Amino acid sequence: MLGQIIYALPFLAEGFALTLWVSFLVVLFSLMAGVILGVGLVYGPVPLRWAVRIFSDTIRGIPILVLIFFVYYGLPAIGLHLPSFWAAVTALTLFKTAQVVEYLRGAVGSIPRGQTEAAMAIGLTFRQQLTSVIFPQAFRRFLPPWINGVTDAVKGSALVSLLGITDLMQAINQVIGRTYEAMPLYILGALIYFAVNYTLSLASRRLERRFTFIRE
Amino acid sequence: MGYALNFNLIWRHFDKLWGGLLLSLELAVISIAIGIVIGLVLAVWYVSAGRMVRGIIAAYVEFIRNVPLILLVYLVFYGLPTVADLAYSAQTSFIATLSLYSGAYLVEVFRSGLEAVPRGQMDAGRAIGLTPWQRLLHVRLPTMLRITLPALSNTFISLFKDTSIASVISVPELTYGAQWINFNTFRIVEVYLVTTAMYLFTGYIMLFSLRLLERRFRAAR
Repeated sequence: MLGQIIYALPFLAEGFALTLWVSFLVVLFSLMAGVILGVGLVYGPVPLRWAVRIFSDTIRGIPILVLIFFVYYGLPAIGLHLPSFWAAVTALTLFKTAQVVEYLRGAVGSIPRGQTEAAMAIGLTFRQQLTSVIFPQAFRRFLPPWINGVTDAVKGSALVSLLGITDLMQAINQVIGRTYEAMPLYILGALIYFAVNYTLSLASRRLERRFTFIRE
Repeated sequence: MGYALNFNLIWRHFDKLWGGLLLSLELAVISIAIGIVIGLVLAVWYVSAGRMVRGIIAAYVEFIRNVPLILLVYLVFYGLPTVADLAYSAQTSFIATLSLYSGAYLVEVFRSGLEAVPRGQMDAGRAIGLTPWQRLLHVRLPTMLRITLPALSNTFISLFKDTSIASVISVPELTYGAQWINFNTFRIVEVYLVTTAMYLFTGYIMLFSLRLLERRFRAAR
């Protein structure tokens, strides 16, 4: 039993690398898109606010799995042919973007209005207000939930296995298909996911505690 | 482009989606009911327990929260029967998994709720001569439930969405119904449009009714 698992380790490591790669791409893209849309939600003109609100509330109301299938099976029907890897990354990014939008809204919303007014009073441009006054303060409200949310991306990435992508989850299922050692392999997989995500949650908690002493 | 929407086949097989939606709701309701029991028992135990028990409860909570749900579903359905002498249907297996899953989230919810109950209330209970058990049952738990109601409804709605994972072990809930229609009729865009609408609509109806309930029972602070 142990021998078979050790034999499978390099294969599992490849799957694990893919899990990390998917998670990384999703986190990166969703951070960029989420911050832009989030700023649009807080400061944009009313139609843009509505559009972002509808986007976020819709995406967060759908199970991720349905979103993944929708993007994977649906896009080719309207003439967009994405490889399964990119379909999965797109779907997970959409989902994560909606989360980032909400983190950003919460963080920026927690900054007292007086800060913006003071920034306007000393004549800062809108961009300067954001980059020199609002964002530096909102950052410490944004960071802990965002890091904690990265665990959602890692956990969500396990769903790409359903599109036949050999991530950690799929690699485990394939090794089980060959060795019939279901329980040890699932536990091994769970421990790997746990190690990654628990580290992230600890980091998030530590940062949160570190930031609480700062008075608002 | 050049894709013409045609919903006829979806309506013909709509019973798959409708039945699936009902099953999704059933799975979510049963799982949160069991999850609430797990959460309450462990949270009450946690706040009064020693280091060891706290450690074990925390380990359960952290393990469940940091592992993908799909892996837990596989582990219980395909893994557990290979090492234990157990036999259960996919549906039972999924309910067990989702109950343990929601239980872990609810321990945290209830634990912080218990800590948020003002000390004065417990002291008042003691002052009028309630036993510790009565203080828990008549003072601490009711106040805690009011405080945690918003978190409880959020958990329920996200559990409803999580029931879609049951499709991976062929439990015929809504997502499974959608896949069935997808594979049998190839009306891909239509079926996922309808399914998405059904998830959204049901989710938001739940959200609004739970918010009404919360307003009715809001904790007086």
